[in-house]
Amino acid sequence: MKCAVLFSGGKDSAYAAFLAKKHGYEISCLIAVVSENPESYMFHTPSITKVKKQAEVMEKPLLIKKTKGEKEKELEDLKCVIKKAVDNYKIESVVTGAVESAYQASRVQKICDSLDIECFNPLWQKDQLELLKDLINNDFEIILTGVFAYPLDESWLGKKIDENFIEEMKKLYEKYKINIVGEGGEFESFVLNCPLFEKKLVISNREISGKNNSWKMEIELK
Amino acid sequence: MILIIEMCKNSLHNLEFVKPIEDIIRKNGFEYKTVFYKNLRDFFLEDFDKIIISGTSLKDNMFIKSLDCFNWVKDINKPILGICSGMQILALLFEGKRKKCQEIGLNSVDFTRELLGAKGKIEVYELHNYYAESEDFEVFANSKNCPQAFKHKNKEFYGVLFHPEVRNKEMIVDFIQK
Repeated sequence: MKCAVLFSGGKDSAYAAFLAKKHGYEISCLIAVVSENPESYMFHTPSITKVKKQAEVMEKPLLIKKTKGEKEKELEDLKCVIKKAVDNYKIESVVTGAVESAYQASRVQKICDSLDIECFNPLWQKDQLELLKDLINNDFEIILTGVFAYPLDESWLGKKIDENFIEEMKKLYEKYKINIVGEGGEFESFVLNCPLFEKKLVISNREISGKNNSWKMEIELK
Repeated sequence: MILIIEMCKNSLHNLEFVKPIEDIIRKNGFEYKTVFYKNLRDFFLEDFDKIIISGTSLKDNMFIKSLDCFNWVKDINKPILGICSGMQILALLFEGKRKKCQEIGLNSVDFTRELLGAKGKIEVYELHNYYAESEDFEVFANSKNCPQAFKHKNKEFYGVLFHPEVRNKEMIVDFIQK
């Protein structure tokens, strides 16, 4: 079955794509929705330049849709770009990296249902720690590029998701109940390498900005 | 041991509709075996203490054409929990009818009587285009649109239209611990 992956460049959508391929699904294209609203309920706000690089090393076409990010109206934009994937690439399904957000998952489900295509959420309800361990065990190289919740701070930017990261996140979860996979927007990640990439992405420059518990690291890739 | 009957036509959906149930069962210290409904003839149902029939995707209605795979339900005397498509199968096996009703996302469901530990108004996660009802089952809960939970009048057969593995895990725990 041909599928389109809703792709943000982060660990969840990348791992969902990996699982789809592992189960024999053909990734026909990636879909990235770029929201002008950084507080969008629906979309993470990836840097489109970096997602384009990821699509290049995945050797997959990338459909990009810009949205103002107005609540509920942004769903029309999502439906529009998914329909484009159906028309251009004959996709029969959409794959997302939704883990816990009923808001995000249900809205994609409705859109897929209205277009009469399948919707796959292979990370749905997945244990958070298990997800991080699976990423490490499947050779995903991921760094944090944004933190947006107490007690995360600037020192977390650039951290690699590895065994040490898991240990530190466990402690934070026990103390603060922070969502350790970041689905609530607590942090953003970027995949530098994974089994879907033909080659590793290398950072050429990084610029950090922010304050208190909201920090972002803009990276340039070679 | 718990038998989980997989209902998903597409194997990738098992991660979404079956694995969460497996995780709940395992975390609560029970053993389970998961079998696709079309492969049930290879298994001896007497080996299992309880049975859970999973849900499946919105578009997947393949199970409707395979009700004969579930004829054993009419003769078995073990507790069964049917989730979404599982609930629909239970109703259809007992002269029930399937009707259209789309509910997707978080919803409020009112349990007029307690079932599997749920009572009063609770928030659930829905993902269906149909519901089913049968005179052999008593309804314990409704949404504003349709029946949401039922139990067979004479047997330990439970059905929930919503997906408890998402927001009501304790109901599955209640079922397996009963």
